[in-house]
Amino acid sequence: MRLVFGRAIGLTFGAFLAAALGPGAAKVLAADEAPPGPAEKQEQPNPPRQEWSFYGLFGGYDQAQLQRGFQVYHEVCSNCHSLELVAFRNLADPGGPGFTEAQVKALAATYKIKDGPNDAGEMFERPGRPSDYFPWNFANVQAATAALGAAPPDMSLLAKARTYERGFPLFLIDPIIQYQEQGADYIDALLNGYTNDNDLNWNKYFPGHKITMPKPLSDGLVDYADGSPKTVPQYAKDVSAFLMWAAEPKLEERKRLGLRVLIFLAVYALLVFAVKKKIWSRSKVKAGLDLP
Amino acid sequence: MRAESTYVPKSRLAKWLESRLPVGGLIHSSFVVFPNPRNLNYWWTFGGILSFMLAAQIVTGVVLAMHYTPQSSLAFASIEHIMRDVNYGWLLRYAHANGASMFFLALYIHMFRGMYYGSYKAPREVLWLFGVILFLLAIATAFTGYVLPWGQMSFWGATVITSLFSAIPWVGDSITTWLWGGYAVDNATLNRFFSLHYLLPFMIAGVVVLHIWALHVHGSNNPAGVEKKTAKDTLPFHPYFTVKDGFALVCFLAFFAWFVFYVPNYLSNADNYIEANPLLTPVHIVPEWYYLPFYAILRSIPSKLGGTAAMFAAVVIIAFLPWLDTSKVKSAAYRPLYQIFFWLFVACAVLLGYMGSQPPEGGYVIAARVLTVYYFLYFLVILPLLGRFEKPRPLPPTICDAVLGKRGQAAAADANPLQAHEPGQ
Repeated sequence: MRLVFGRAIGLTFGAFLAAALGPGAAKVLAADEAPPGPAEKQEQPNPPRQEWSFYGLFGGYDQAQLQRGFQVYHEVCSNCHSLELVAFRNLADPGGPGFTEAQVKALAATYKIKDGPNDAGEMFERPGRPSDYFPWNFANVQAATAALGAAPPDMSLLAKARTYERGFPLFLIDPIIQYQEQGADYIDALLNGYTNDNDLNWNKYFPGHKITMPKPLSDGLVDYADGSPKTVPQYAKDVSAFLMWAAEPKLEERKRLGLRVLIFLAVYALLVFAVKKKIWSRSKVKAGLDLP
Repeated sequence: MRAESTYVPKSRLAKWLESRLPVGGLIHSSFVVFPNPRNLNYWWTFGGILSFMLAAQIVTGVVLAMHYTPQSSLAFASIEHIMRDVNYGWLLRYAHANGASMFFLALYIHMFRGMYYGSYKAPREVLWLFGVILFLLAIATAFTGYVLPWGQMSFWGATVITSLFSAIPWVGDSITTWLWGGYAVDNATLNRFFSLHYLLPFMIAGVVVLHIWALHVHGSNNPAGVEKKTAKDTLPFHPYFTVKDGFALVCFLAFFAWFVFYVPNYLSNADNYIEANPLLTPVHIVPEWYYLPFYAILRSIPSKLGGTAAMFAAVVIIAFLPWLDTSKVKSAAYRPLYQIFFWLFVACAVLLGYMGSQPPEGGYVIAARVLTVYYFLYFLVILPLLGRFEKPRPLPPTICDAVLGKRGQAAAADANPLQAHEPGQ
């Protein structure tokens, strides 16, 4: 429902803008919705725009999707990628995947966390607690680089740290239609972009096409419990949404508060404008200029 | 035409204070009864908006500084700590980061308004000079602030801009090392930038006081560009301009809120969500949008020293406007030719910004060079000559005439005493 509403508002804005700018703009908006054609001047095509539950004025995360996305991260991505800014406890935070405290506690306990030194001056390993942060499978960047050929980027901010050029004039329309999901679209496209079966390091959307990470996902790799399709596009979409949450965990709180702030300011502006009209209607009298 | 203080303290405490420090009278004469030209339009509300934004930046900035760690290995994580763990930390940070953009947007509108209506001309040259100093301080403040999150663009932006000083002959390298506090942008650089970023806003606040002091000597310029002569030309600051400024501010805040709550990362660079890495240079190093026109000028000169000199000249030349513009007529409304060149200049500045955001290759460089030439021609050739050859339209004798046209002239001839027409009689 929220999604439909947000989209409707976005489209209304878009249509209004298109009407204001003439047929040229309308064409541009249509092109914006369509999947990108073959790359012409660019080295790689732009990622297609996806529908996200967190898009728009009323956007928020889809809990089931975040839980599936976490499962993909947990079972696949986390073998190589770190998530160092996210703590186990965050999985139970409001506006997130909505795991229960008990689930988080159980999950954390499956991890071994290095702690110490203890009273004897020794480092030791203990089971994870909800307040711990996701540990990385590698000791350091050098170890990961040696094992994998390149250091896999930390995933905590990935959805905000990746983007693509929208170009003129789309970049002027983006703040009006509130398009902020370039990062999620890019990650989703990248995960679907391994289209060369002969070269698992070739990616349609990666700058330069040669990517060190070989095709990470395949159909049936992750066993969803909720009956969602076990396909690469579904995995890609779910994990992209999860990474958007990891990068912007306060998105729902922000959009909720924003709506209230905007409504308040709109009403307040009208009131102040009425007062302004009233006061300024006296201005001609004040100067002795109230002639008929 | 200065406002006489008609302030009469009522309470005993106010009387006691007024006889020791007449601050009540100062506020009363400056912001209550101060006579403003009655024809000020909404372009004049950006001064008030800027004051508000400065205060908002200081308040959000002081709180952010309570949670931020200016240490090169901790700074990036401390920003994320603010975003994730501090109550409303995301709001503080997004408001502060977008607030800088809003400050510059309002500042540029304020400056273009001054240029369009000739607000820098006699007797307001000193007021204009304080404004240019404020612009320079704002540039320095925003630049040092952008380095603090210690992302890739923070680091490489700081590297590119501070390296410009190495173009100065003989002493350049020493100056750069001195600025960095070492042989590269590093922890020492971050520490001093944090210190300066905390200091400069208070210097801005001090110069704002001087700016307003200079403003209140002759009062605001106005869309007609003729000075106020009688009480009929003016309205008291309160309530007329407090409510008008207030309305404009609320509208501006709604625009600001749209960015903070819905597109908070639109105006920043995605690369700045990657922690600074001195070994990995980003593909395109792009400054924040408000520096882009000057960045384009820097890159359009094919020599490091020349580019740096041109970039600084492009900012400093604004200070010479009162003497470069030779026309006696202030407002562009009565200068048909100036109007054309002014709007071309605005277009030139915006296009320079676009060129600055694009990679420095091919047609972008040529376009940036053409625009750079126009930028300097406007100041150095067009404005000095225009004053001699342009034939301005006839000016209205008074502000009152400008506002009310023929009807106003009839009214002025009628010369009704003011008091007889107070409302409610």
